[in-house]
Amino acid sequence: MELETLNKEWLPEPWTVSNTWVENNDCFSLEIIPPEGKEPEESIKPGQFHMLYGFGYGEIPISLSGYGDGSVIHTIRKVGAVSTGISNLKPGESIGVRGPFGNHWPMQHLGTKDVLLVAGGVGLAPLKPLIESILADRSRFGQLNLLYGCRNPDQILFRGLLEEWREDINIHETVDSAPPNWTKNIGVVTRLLAKADLNPENTVCYVCGPEIMMRLSAEEIVAMGVKAEDIYISMERNMKCAIGFCGHCQWGPHFLCRTGPILDYHGAATLLRKHEL
Amino acid sequence: MKQIRDLIAEHPFFENFSDAYIDTIASCGKNVAFNPHEYMAREGVSADTFYLIRRGIVRVEIFLPAKGKQVIQTLSEGDIAGWSWIFPPYQWTFDLQAMNEVSAIALDGRCLRGKCEVDHSLGYQLMKTFAQIMVDRLKASRIQCLDIYGNSNHGT
Repeated sequence: MELETLNKEWLPEPWTVSNTWVENNDCFSLEIIPPEGKEPEESIKPGQFHMLYGFGYGEIPISLSGYGDGSVIHTIRKVGAVSTGISNLKPGESIGVRGPFGNHWPMQHLGTKDVLLVAGGVGLAPLKPLIESILADRSRFGQLNLLYGCRNPDQILFRGLLEEWREDINIHETVDSAPPNWTKNIGVVTRLLAKADLNPENTVCYVCGPEIMMRLSAEEIVAMGVKAEDIYISMERNMKCAIGFCGHCQWGPHFLCRTGPILDYHGAATLLRKHEL
Repeated sequence: MKQIRDLIAEHPFFENFSDAYIDTIASCGKNVAFNPHEYMAREGVSADTFYLIRRGIVRVEIFLPAKGKQVIQTLSEGDIAGWSWIFPPYQWTFDLQAMNEVSAIALDGRCLRGKCEVDHSLGYQLMKTFAQIMVDRLKASRIQCLDIYGNSNHGT
């Protein structure tokens, strides 16, 4: 790798926070604007991630969750010191950004196929820009299905959007537990697969969520008749340098920050069952 | 209007059953409907029925002292509700509550048990089919217990 390229990938650029808002009791979204002269939509694609650097806190990898007007949006779950620190940023303040890194959700061979999206918890966030891309060209595709599982109703992301999407997408939500006023499904997300309206032989699937949920979902989707090559998952490991040098993101033969995070299930199935990984 | 026999024959649960067995099973079935919040079964009460859900959502519930009723899972179109009719003491182990308007076919478990005692082949096929449902539900419950969407301990 050329030194100049390497330096560029290592060096965070100062972006500006333009807006933040709460998504649920532990997730928030952060809208950020790049330095002048940089077009955000050209730089990061659905499925890719930025390394976000909260000054004084540290750096975390966060997938794209949407585009704003000249800005990009990241949806972040507060799980530690860095994500909590970034959650305290106010509009006008700076945040360090490296990237984008990794590959993106493949859409080139989608053609006119049916689409099945399976999301778990905050895993809906990386799928959101993909869904928005599909909806921007809705008539091209066959049946659209979104199956979304969460811990409880309070953790559901993008409630307003889900209602908007319902016009174009066959959406089913489920939670692990719920209060009596919950009127939708209760149970694991894989139990929703029977509700998907699709032709398995002509379907592409995108799955994003906790690793165990992606593995179990992919297994059942294959059992429905969808080819493993047509199922894509988004893998996460401990991404540190984001350029494949430090090795923290290694997963078998993959350095997920470079050859991932999006992998097809055909290649990932064996690795997902390896206890050593 | 479709006859019960046709509805049973179309149900995925019975897709591998012969026409003769469908006839036998249909003779134990009837159409039923439940209003929102109406209980279809109560824990501890004699379980002589199971349901093939045609429309609506059914809650599988249990009552916990001091916590009230807890919903374990929901069942909907195409699902089977109830297997307590197969095993002694033939009592429901959970409550079933219709969350909205529910249409179902109710099958008389006592009637079916009698037919299975006479025709063990029918009994074996029914048992295999119910066993698969039990395996699927057990797997789902085990995953549900894992709290897979909970906070990880190594987040940044």
